[in-house]
Amino acid sequence: MIVDLLRPPLEIAQVVRQLSEAGSKSLPLVIASGFALGTVMTFHTRSTLVTFGAGALIPAVQSLAFFVEIGPLVAGLLLAGRVGSGIGAVLANMRATEQIDSIESLSIDSFKFLVVPRVVACVIALPLLTLFMDFSGLLGGFLSEFASSRISFHLYVTRAFEDLGWSNFIPPTLKTAVFGFIIGTVSSFFGYTTNEGAHGVGKAATNSVVVSSLLIILADVILIKCIFFAFPENAL
Amino acid sequence: MNVETKAAVVFEHVSKAFGPKQVLRDVSFEVPSGQALCILGRSGTGKSVTLKLLISLLKPDQGKIWIEQDEITRLNEADLSKVRRKMGFLFQDAALFDSFSLYDNLALPLQRLTDKTREEIDSVVTKVLGQVGLAGDKAKMPAALSGGMRKRAGLARALVLEPKILLADEPSSGLDRITASEIDELLLRQKTEHQTTVIVVTHDVHGARRVGDRFAVFDKGDLIAYGTSSEIERSEHETARKLIMEH
Repeated sequence: MIVDLLRPPLEIAQVVRQLSEAGSKSLPLVIASGFALGTVMTFHTRSTLVTFGAGALIPAVQSLAFFVEIGPLVAGLLLAGRVGSGIGAVLANMRATEQIDSIESLSIDSFKFLVVPRVVACVIALPLLTLFMDFSGLLGGFLSEFASSRISFHLYVTRAFEDLGWSNFIPPTLKTAVFGFIIGTVSSFFGYTTNEGAHGVGKAATNSVVVSSLLIILADVILIKCIFFAFPENAL
Repeated sequence: MNVETKAAVVFEHVSKAFGPKQVLRDVSFEVPSGQALCILGRSGTGKSVTLKLLISLLKPDQGKIWIEQDEITRLNEADLSKVRRKMGFLFQDAALFDSFSLYDNLALPLQRLTDKTREEIDSVVTKVLGQVGLAGDKAKMPAALSGGMRKRAGLARALVLEPKILLADEPSSGLDRITASEIDELLLRQKTEHQTTVIVVTHDVHGARRVGDRFAVFDKGDLIAYGTSSEIERSEHETARKLIMEH
């Protein structure tokens, strides 16, 4: 994959095209989901924390939860659904309609032309989309909290970030590059290798989502352990 | 096999099976350079597989396949790529890239495989689209084209690199008689004006007789007859005689 990526011609135009498909076109879904999740999470945590006199911790709980786990994992799962199914279905359709054969017949390496740019685009897009998910979740949380307690934006942001270290932010965000790799490779595998015609298109899309989602959850467990190992203070 | 002869394509004792199903059985034939071979036969007799073997989208289980001086079953991907550049393939359903415009479909191989400038690519694409009567449609997406237009667009893409050998898989299937005749005319012109070797898989005997110099008739994976139309008409195989007869 890496050799194919670096071997000329570089597929820059294809990567940009796929970044648009996987990245910018997923932005509304990611922002809306993050915002809704942030709002709902504040609803749920508020009553408990206020009961124990810890209402001031709501922004910190919100930011920690989103930056460390909810943002990366939910962004990964959402993208497994939207982008994974798309990649699986598009490649399977190209296989069924002989478009992949036609690329090969033109002396173009179909794997390098179709698969590598999709995987690269997913690896780049996931961390960026996770940031949008994190911040839209925080914004949703702020608006929910503002509606209840009239907290100022400045105070909310200060409380949200005062206990958040770089190690709570950067490793969990970067781990989504692995999620992107999983989505890109798994979906491309199911789409590129199908040989069941039109029936294979639906099957490839479904398998892409199911297997990508399962592997993302599994990878999340492993990566969290790795992050705890590298940054022991995060485990406390 | 003597590769010194001017054969563009040689099939030598080729067999191919998919699992238990034997699709081609010890098939041998050759196509002289600049001539047209039409492959006839009932559905599922290995005609399309023959074309895919020729362009190495499939590998034979046994036998050798020569494209000019190259025995392609032994080539690595890099050398195979060079051989494929001599060939154009018109797929049964055209197989245009549906996320690319018609222009981009034709420009892609030129951008990837030649050193042409953007202006030169523009000029080649416009010329080839003009040859197939689609010069005014280059901005259209494949989904916006009719069946006949898609076939002509597929043919244009197959011709854009000026191949020495043109392979066409059922170029007239699903088309009305007039449009099918236009496609046959384009194939014929490619053979006569550019001395391109043409190999066509078809069920259209009328078109085949118009384009073809030689005919190969397949039945259940066997090549049962090979030769000119008059030779096929005298074949000992009834299936071959029936398939070559115009209704």
